[in-house]
Amino acid sequence: MNIAAFLTIFISAVFINNVILSRFLGLCSFIAISKQTRPALAMSLAVMFVTTMSSIITWFIYRFLLIPFNMTYLRTISFILVIATFVQFVEMVIRKIAPPMYRFFGIYLPLITVNCAVLGVAVLNSDMFFIKNKAVAGSFIYSAFQGVCVGLGYTLAMLLMSAIRERLELCDVPKPVKDFPLGFIIASIMSLGFMGFNGFRF
Amino acid sequence: MIKEFLKGIVKENPTFVLALGLCPTLAVSISVINGIGMGIAATFVLIGSNIIIALIKNSIPERVRIPCYIVVIATFVTITELTMKAYSPALDRALGIYVPLIVVNCIVLGRAEAFASKNSVMKSLLDGIGMGVGFTLALILISVIREFFGAGRILGLNIVKGFEPAFVLGMPSGALLVIGLLLGFFNLLKERKK
Repeated sequence: MNIAAFLTIFISAVFINNVILSRFLGLCSFIAISKQTRPALAMSLAVMFVTTMSSIITWFIYRFLLIPFNMTYLRTISFILVIATFVQFVEMVIRKIAPPMYRFFGIYLPLITVNCAVLGVAVLNSDMFFIKNKAVAGSFIYSAFQGVCVGLGYTLAMLLMSAIRERLELCDVPKPVKDFPLGFIIASIMSLGFMGFNGFRF
Repeated sequence: MIKEFLKGIVKENPTFVLALGLCPTLAVSISVINGIGMGIAATFVLIGSNIIIALIKNSIPERVRIPCYIVVIATFVTITELTMKAYSPALDRALGIYVPLIVVNCIVLGRAEAFASKNSVMKSLLDGIGMGVGFTLALILISVIREFFGAGRILGLNIVKGFEPAFVLGMPSGALLVIGLLLGFFNLLKERKK
């Protein structure tokens, strides 16, 4: 465990392999909710919280439940169930203890269950930080950190996109490409820009 | 009956009309063979989960229906994952994490919620086949464009000699561009028809 490893995870998850622009995870929410900055920010913060927590929870499930009992083939089922339950639980807690926050996040939380980024980071962690069903040194910290970084990458792409689209509202674009298609074309140009980070590899 | 099958291919094409399940579409469409593999895997999951959900729809409590659907879908995804690992490890490596991610593919959950939970087993089966075929055809279309212009090949065969491929189409950025232009093109066709 050293600083370089953390830096590699950070730069790789936020810039080089950005969840949205290069891995295409969470694309549906990215296109659907990026029309205005405020909801985009709410969604991003909710996603960041859930990716971090689910990275931690699924690590424990994988390390202490699936591997000892030799049931790693149940990875997909157990991860998605844990994530769905966790998201539901968070929604209930927020509704009970912080109603204003619920109004801010509320409608986006259920959507996160089917956000590929959340399951994606859990699966990636179990692929990257477990070799032949054995946890590599520091794998727990790396997994949790990768969860945070994937959330950060999502937030970055979301904020950039929503800022661009807010300005586009006033532009006169050809009718067939309005909304969805234009969103993809903008994302493509952004992704082209992010390709420049490939040289960062070290 | 035949209507339920055909609607998935053109009128309600999951990719171009409903714009569902785009994450795997973009990620695996780098070559035609990957596109076909992903299409078949998703079709299998769609058919299986549609049938099972149509069978048990009356015994699922309303409030917990989504987790129930997810369990059914995840079961079929696991079957696909293990089968693929056993019989075509090369394809499994190429598709990577996108195979387990079929679970959260909005097409599968969307059809379970919107169709299989309200219709008979036979209709749900046809709907699953139709949607699966529509998804596979969309994947083939995108991957043919990307593989041809991005690498000058189709199904790994060199077709044109002395053609300088645009590598950007093989990159993530190219995938987003192709899907954006195709969606715009289909919108244009729809408007012309009116």
